[in-house]
Amino acid sequence: MTSILPLALHELSFRAGGRTLIDRISVDIEGGMSTVILGANGAGKSVLMRLMHGLLAPSAGRIDWNSADPHRVRRAQAMVFQNPIMLRRSALANVTYGLAAAGVARAEREALAIEALESVRLRSLADRAARTLSGGEQQRLALARAWALHPEVLFLDEPTASLDPGATREIERVIRAFDAAGTKVVMSTHNLGQARRLGDEILFLHEGRLAERTPVERFFLHPVSAEAEAFIKGEVPWT
Amino acid sequence: MDLKNPFVVSLLAVAAFAASPVPAADRFIVVSSTTSTENSGLFKRLLPMFKAQTGIAVRVVAQGTGQALDMGKRGDCDVVFVHNKNAELKLVSEGYFVDRRDVMVNDFVIVGPKSDPAKVAGMKNVSAALNKIPVAKAPFASRGDNSGTHSAELRLWKAAGVDLAQAKGDWYRETGSGMGATLNTAAGMNAYTLSDRGTWLAFKNRQNLTIVVESDTRLFNQYGVMLVNPARHAHVRQAEGRAFIDWLVSTEGQAVIAAYKINGEQLFFPNAGR
Amino acid sequence: MNSILDATRQALAMIGTGDPALVGIVVLSLMVSLSAVLCAALVGLPLGAAVAVARFPGRRTVIVLLNALMGLPPVVVGLAIYLLLSRAGPLGEAGLLFTPGAMVIAQTVLILPIIAALTRQAVEDAWREYEEQLRSLGVRGVSAALTLLWDIRFSLLTAVLAGLGRASAEVGAVMIVGGNIDGVTRVMTTAIALETSKGDLPLALGLGIVLILIVVALNAGAFIIKEAAQRRTG
Repeated sequence: MTSILPLALHELSFRAGGRTLIDRISVDIEGGMSTVILGANGAGKSVLMRLMHGLLAPSAGRIDWNSADPHRVRRAQAMVFQNPIMLRRSALANVTYGLAAAGVARAEREALAIEALESVRLRSLADRAARTLSGGEQQRLALARAWALHPEVLFLDEPTASLDPGATREIERVIRAFDAAGTKVVMSTHNLGQARRLGDEILFLHEGRLAERTPVERFFLHPVSAEAEAFIKGEVPWT
Repeated sequence: MDLKNPFVVSLLAVAAFAASPVPAADRFIVVSSTTSTENSGLFKRLLPMFKAQTGIAVRVVAQGTGQALDMGKRGDCDVVFVHNKNAELKLVSEGYFVDRRDVMVNDFVIVGPKSDPAKVAGMKNVSAALNKIPVAKAPFASRGDNSGTHSAELRLWKAAGVDLAQAKGDWYRETGSGMGATLNTAAGMNAYTLSDRGTWLAFKNRQNLTIVVESDTRLFNQYGVMLVNPARHAHVRQAEGRAFIDWLVSTEGQAVIAAYKINGEQLFFPNAGR
Repeated sequence: MNSILDATRQALAMIGTGDPALVGIVVLSLMVSLSAVLCAALVGLPLGAAVAVARFPGRRTVIVLLNALMGLPPVVVGLAIYLLLSRAGPLGEAGLLFTPGAMVIAQTVLILPIIAALTRQAVEDAWREYEEQLRSLGVRGVSAALTLLWDIRFSLLTAVLAGLGRASAEVGAVMIVGGNIDGVTRVMTTAIALETSKGDLPLALGLGIVLILIVVALNAGAFIIKEAAQRRTG
């Protein structure tokens, strides 16, 4: 089965409330490397992620996956949000819920869910009420839920912005593991250090426009755009 | 279904309770009657005896005479037991009811405040008394609800020569409700009102009210019972309905009616034989 | 005041000694109102969730109507159901008039908008929170509505209790379609109305206090069960 990547964005724009939030972005997202979308707050990172994942409809322009089957396109993606949304049931049940929604047969769900929980080191908390877990644990659970579906593309919208450093390290470990396993990671962050640790390439957004696209090391040593340079200088790396 | 979840368990318990079937009814009839008859407590005495004898349960829906008659016309009951002979006979002649019989008589009384602003207490002539009330502009509470009592009240004003349309004013208050509610209102307003003796004797919220006029023959009140015409409404429980009517006018039924007393006072005077 | 306290004591004593007439009235009241709540919830919960999640022309009108119908006067509902069930009406053949069944029907109609409108609001609020995640998982429509309904079940309990409160408290509808028949369709509220009309105000008030105590007990029970369940699932 061919991959749904590359994802081609062509002159993509999004307007809301009288403002242009995404301004004519054109870029091809390839597999085989992790992509970090970097930018200040309000640059449009979250909107861009939601457009790519299909939660928002573009005002203009196109979003083209490498597949004619919309069902497959949806099934092959998953997204983790900044604040994990857990149902009022056990951790395990939250993961099996995602599997059920994806059409996985009942008999297979539990095994797959346990495997996913193990990959994020939450196996021991499988029967606990998901909403009683800590912020970091819930975010790991969200990752497990997304991972259980074995998506080709995993979107992560500022996944550690609400977490403490310990939890952040744990989440980053999991993301690196997924990346190593071959999943395409597309992650947004405003944290330079995290971008450097996790990204292979940087898409830098400034006020809704794609200011530059650069491999990670070169980005931090010699950013091409003036906006990126200002951003790197202004941001304190350890936030 | 997680049976250890207290939520789920209680939902099931509620569903089971609510769905438990009401026991199937044995033979029964629906009788529409008046609030005054119900409030007098007569049915509590009569109906168990009837059931013991015949095995037929009587379900009484009590409302104003007008509503009770309408209910019979619509066929929503089997038997009608009210006290407005003129209206009853008219409807029989129009084919809505059959088998009408006189059952019993009781009387109305005029009750009023002990302070008696219209100075009618103890009068033996109800027409004369009714003339004095509007003159004194003493408050009078009327049922105003198309009931047997209300119709009787209007007849009495007419017989007294009082033109209500002309004489009406602030003093004449129409409550549009049953006898009990009207008595409550009269007690609260220190007003005069016309009540059947049965409801009055059983009434517990008298405050300053007392009987001021009674025993005038014009205050007598004829009760009648009749069957909803089966030719009009095929579903009418004829056999049971006729059994009830027959029992009411039988020697036995009439004796039970005569024996019914409140505070040692007989309320209803059987007159089916006449 | 004394007569009120005496009457309440008298009424409670009747319950304590299991006075059969009073117990019968209380049991019937509970059965009618609980049945009505069950039926109204079976229809109202999915209806409210559907309106919350779906998008269709006229949706805002439906929401306004549902909210407005929460204020349906019980006596008007009673009258409408009476006309339907009367022998002179379309459903007369069913012979339901003056039976507990008619009372359940009337109360169901009365409280359905309450449950549906409150559910709609609760589900809509939850949908705002859950929407992105659920859509990301590919869950929408009926599946989303059902997921939300179960997830916010504790909030929905309040909507259901609101319906139960309205049903147990009303007298207009059950009086008209039930006829307040002794031993058959007499419930607490109609019994109170009857005692009031007989001028026995203290007894009526005593019965009223008993009714309130029962409703409080039901609510307390529901609350305790909710707390226990919530502790398990968060």
